[in-house]
Amino acid sequence: MEPTEIPVVRIAAVDKTFTSERSRVTTALQGIDLEIRRGEFVSLIGPSGCGKSTLLRLIGDLVAPTAGRVTINGKPADRARRDRDYGIVFQAPVLFDWRSVEDNVKLPLELMGFDAGRRTARAREMLDLVELGDFLHHHPYQLSGGMQQRVAIARALAFEPSILLMDEPFGALDEMTRERMNQEVQRIWERTGITVVFVTHSIPEAVFLSSRVVVMSARPGRITDVIEIDLPRPRDVETREQRRYFELVTAVREALRRGGADAALDPVGSAGGPTPVAAVGSIDRAAAEGGIG
Amino acid sequence: MTAGPIDTSSTSTATEPAVAAAPGQGVHSRRRRVGTLVGFGVLVLLLWEAVKWLGGVPWRFTDVLGTGLAIDYSPPFRFPFASDLTLPHWFNILGALAAPVQRNAQQSLGEFLVGAAFYTWREAAIGFALGALLGLVLATLFVHSRLAERAFVPYVIASQTIPIVALAPMIVYAFGPNVTSVVVIATYLTFFPVTIAMIRGLRAPDPRALELMRSYAAGRWATYRKVRLPASLPYLFTALKIAATASIVGAIIGEGPGGIPDGLGRAIINFNQQYISGPEKLWAAILVSSLLGISFFVLIRLAELGVLRGRPGAAER
Repeated sequence: MEPTEIPVVRIAAVDKTFTSERSRVTTALQGIDLEIRRGEFVSLIGPSGCGKSTLLRLIGDLVAPTAGRVTINGKPADRARRDRDYGIVFQAPVLFDWRSVEDNVKLPLELMGFDAGRRTARAREMLDLVELGDFLHHHPYQLSGGMQQRVAIARALAFEPSILLMDEPFGALDEMTRERMNQEVQRIWERTGITVVFVTHSIPEAVFLSSRVVVMSARPGRITDVIEIDLPRPRDVETREQRRYFELVTAVREALRRGGADAALDPVGSAGGPTPVAAVGSIDRAAAEGGIG
Repeated sequence: MTAGPIDTSSTSTATEPAVAAAPGQGVHSRRRRVGTLVGFGVLVLLLWEAVKWLGGVPWRFTDVLGTGLAIDYSPPFRFPFASDLTLPHWFNILGALAAPVQRNAQQSLGEFLVGAAFYTWREAAIGFALGALLGLVLATLFVHSRLAERAFVPYVIASQTIPIVALAPMIVYAFGPNVTSVVVIATYLTFFPVTIAMIRGLRAPDPRALELMRSYAAGRWATYRKVRLPASLPYLFTALKIAATASIVGAIIGEGPGGIPDGLGRAIINFNQQYISGPEKLWAAILVSSLLGISFFVLIRLAELGVLRGRPGAAER
């Protein structure tokens, strides 16, 4: 990193508390400091309730910090949102059934005043990028979950934001689809050079994709560790079988455990959190331990 | 991952598991539905006559088909609700539709009632349009202002607890005995279902859809137009179908105190007064009123099918 380069994301001394209707105060995040450089792929991982989604929403100015500052591309977060500096993908695809696949991707372009020709060109280019060029006129409900999520990614990238925010984008997908989607996201990231902030429950996913993994703990949400992932790129199926990969998976897991996250990551121990992760967590735990052993 | 054929085995998203019906299945189920409808109608007509056969008034046919034969039939029971006055033969009702509306009149009862139905429908349709618009505006206001919602929704609900027969004369006092009063009454009955349904409909979008719009720095109007309104359309049409039939009822009720001579309301009152001399006429008027309501409903349903084309489950709603 050049010393003069402005970080894409700078989070300084951020706290976030929520006040319920009965005036009960919950501290979601406490003392968060984080910088993300241009072109990085950063995952936020932690147990349910550690505030990783909240942190993502702070970056996107979908919630405001209680204390501290969030700076995006050198600007306050709300300014960056107004400048459409980022695209966002949620766990559910959030596609609109009354629009075709192509028209879903065009939605942000309509709002941003692209003319009709450019809207079409951009939408098709993006759908080609996610390999859905043959499904322009389908409706979202005619696609599988994985395909829907790729449409959501195409939509998020359509207006060429400098940041892609992803909030557990593959949490609702089965494990096979998820691995293919990881491959896809890596390819898009390499192709576009976009900065990605990626929230996940899945340790293998975080290790496979990231240049850095930010490990968080719950109650209050804090950053407990940041782990550099030095696996060579491009990463593929064989990456997942390398010794170094397992070492990093273990490192992230231990960091989570040190943060007191183990119980919360465990499917039986967690109450009320999103459950799709549960099976995934236990499967790769077994796989990783087998591999290292 | 390559763009292969549509993978239906993969998990759908948690939000909307939608399965498109196979193309042939729609035609099949529609035929079955029409069959059920017609079958049930025939059953009702058969039961109708069966009741009269069991407990109606005696029949007497003299000179059956020119043979000079006479048939007397006396039903085994006497049901008070099955006399020719209380329950005319349905074919006599149909016959009355073809007969002149009054002695020596050119116009048949059917023609007269269809004309009256169109007149009533015009009033109802204006009230329906105004009521739908009012409902949409109110719901939009409530969805965007918690304060307005808390202040006004209880009154919107209370408004529907007033019996319309009590309210109708008061509206006529206020607006005069004219079509305006009838339209106001129809509006009054239609705005309510639309308001209530649209409060829900405009709130139907996933909260993340609203976050998505915020991420695009889209304003309230853009969010309303691109997300809230299209998401609410299924709710709107459900309400409009209720409102369509309610507007007909409102117009018919309003025509009495409103003193409108040309609609179904007056026809029903008149035939009610002449019931002893010709019960079939009132039955015919009821039949036409009901057909008017059904037609309006079907019209809205067709509009719904057109507007919601391509959405999951549009055909089943």
